[in-house]
Amino acid sequence: MSHRLKKVLVVAAGLLLLSACTGPKAEEKPAAGAGPATTQPSGPLRVAVISHGTAGDAFWNVVKNGAEEAGRQLDVQVEYNSDGDPGNQAKLIDNAVAQRVGGLVVSMANPEALKTSIENAVRAGIPVITINSGEDKSAAYGALTHVGQNETIAGEEAGKKFRELGKKKLLCVVHEAGNVGQAQRCDGAKTGFAGDVHTLQVDISNPTDAESRIKGAVQTDSSLDAVLTLNSQVAARAVSAIKAVGSKAQVGTFDLNTDVVGAIKAGDVVFAVDQQQYEQGYLPVQFLKLYRDNANVVGGGKPVLTGPDLVDKSTVDTVGRYVQRGTR
Amino acid sequence: MTTTTLDERIAKPRLLDRLVVRPEIGALLGAVVVFLFFTVVTDQFFSGSGVATWLDDASTLGIMAVAVSLLMIGGEFDLSAGVMTASTALVTATLATQAGWNVWLALFASLVFALAVGAFNGWLVMRTGLPSFIVTLGTFLALQGLNLGVTRLVTGTVQVSGMRSTDGYESAGFVFASTVDIGGTAFQISIVWWIGFAVLAAWLLVRTRFGNWIFAVGGSAQSSRAVGVPVVRTKILLFMTTALAAWLVGSINILRFASVQANQGIGLEFQYIIAAVIGGCLLTGGFGSAIGAAIGALIFGMARQGIVFARWDSDWFMLFLGVMLLSAVLVNNAFRRRAERVRR
Repeated sequence: MSHRLKKVLVVAAGLLLLSACTGPKAEEKPAAGAGPATTQPSGPLRVAVISHGTAGDAFWNVVKNGAEEAGRQLDVQVEYNSDGDPGNQAKLIDNAVAQRVGGLVVSMANPEALKTSIENAVRAGIPVITINSGEDKSAAYGALTHVGQNETIAGEEAGKKFRELGKKKLLCVVHEAGNVGQAQRCDGAKTGFAGDVHTLQVDISNPTDAESRIKGAVQTDSSLDAVLTLNSQVAARAVSAIKAVGSKAQVGTFDLNTDVVGAIKAGDVVFAVDQQQYEQGYLPVQFLKLYRDNANVVGGGKPVLTGPDLVDKSTVDTVGRYVQRGTR
Repeated sequence: MTTTTLDERIAKPRLLDRLVVRPEIGALLGAVVVFLFFTVVTDQFFSGSGVATWLDDASTLGIMAVAVSLLMIGGEFDLSAGVMTASTALVTATLATQAGWNVWLALFASLVFALAVGAFNGWLVMRTGLPSFIVTLGTFLALQGLNLGVTRLVTGTVQVSGMRSTDGYESAGFVFASTVDIGGTAFQISIVWWIGFAVLAAWLLVRTRFGNWIFAVGGSAQSSRAVGVPVVRTKILLFMTTALAAWLVGSINILRFASVQANQGIGLEFQYIIAAVIGGCLLTGGFGSAIGAAIGALIFGMARQGIVFARWDSDWFMLFLGVMLLSAVLVNNAFRRRAERVRR
């Protein structure tokens, strides 16, 4: 009997514990216009930048440089962390909230996965600025503003440029299979090009594979006259693939690096869509500082666009210098 | 005088020696060291929300590590376990958001799918006699392709989202993704699942006949078959256990984050194995502990979030993690050697 009583007690205790639970909320509008920061108005500001880039990615390194430079100039402590897995990125945000940072900068490649964490940060009185991706969800989650490039627009610009160059058939090279932003760029290119567009999947971490797959694609289809890569490293692979095969296709790319700058100068790459990601690191830190010290909000509910800026032969000399020092 | 005449096999070993032979003791010590280190070095590591963060990080990894440790004690590997967490989430999300199924029904369907893949892994390993490393590498690649291909085919993009507006989301979310409020801090329910799963696995391993079978088939499949252990059934069930755990983690993820990316989970399989090894499992099978694997995951979670709390430059992140893991394994190894001496 006492044994059964014990069991009953255990179950009751379990139920009691469960009653303290809160389930995740279903579709519901978050409280608009979260109150102003409860953080202290003076003293050094601490900003956590949490991106979805993988460690060692050249693109995100420029963002990091931008954020750190802003931190140096404005006397803000900037901490950069990143994780490509949305779940882990959410945990990094929770971590920053637990540390009670003064401001949060987040890239939202997978907005829904970060929803709860970002809303918790906003509720805790931490001002949030989203960067790079997740533009359409930024305001809904309670972020102050969004700083980034609209991927679809950027893709359209690239497609349009190729059409102006008189191209007929375009190959869009995707290097991260699960990345939404890349899918949007190719879709945008499809709209802007208004012609025959194919996509090709390659693996960014395996340059040999990337090069041979592009080689295969241009070899099997001689009517391909334009290749759009979504990353500067892949652009270099595309250039050598096309040269090896002797195809007449021309390469356009997203993002700059010294190889791309050299290739534009040499005429191997016709243009690069630069989203000026340095600004995506620099501006949010500045905005957060302005918000804390002066309650300024930038953008008026609209995103602050950092791109696209098309770099071609006419502008490559000026821009090239800044690429070398890791700020473009 | 009489004590010296006692047979050493029935002599009662000292408490310290008895403790030292436990496979998880090294991991436990490592966990204490990591915990103390970050508690001293950082301000917020031991605060309520700090603890909630690293426990949360450890929990889903821990659920998988526990299942993987059982499988490793049984002498096998499952490389498809990481991708499987994404596959199950994708099945659930696709059925719920695209086909309009009730979430509970979708969860059941993905459970059936997971168990089928687990059973297939086990059956193929036993049937062909190939190393599980190769067989599950095959399913790992196949699932990776399926995840991407099917997601693109069905949704036209590479992630499935919109779980929050499906039927049954709230009730399912309550079970898999709610938070428990303790002293003003929200703790994820996944922590409860993790502890429950670890306790269940530990009980299974040391208190049941099936547990004995696991140790036997991992030690020597041949001799266990000779003494009447159903080797095939045991191993297939073990593969199905990792699949079940992957389903649990996939469900926790999809209901909490409400969206899933087609390339999620890739590479996590090694973290599971690492956590199990830190927890005292041998790569050769036949030795290990489920509780140890859970503690291994705890070390991983504490180290990973602790590094962020300590505000170290993230460029060095992997180096710190690697050094910490290596030291944990070395401590573990030293203990195991000592344990083997004691046993002799």
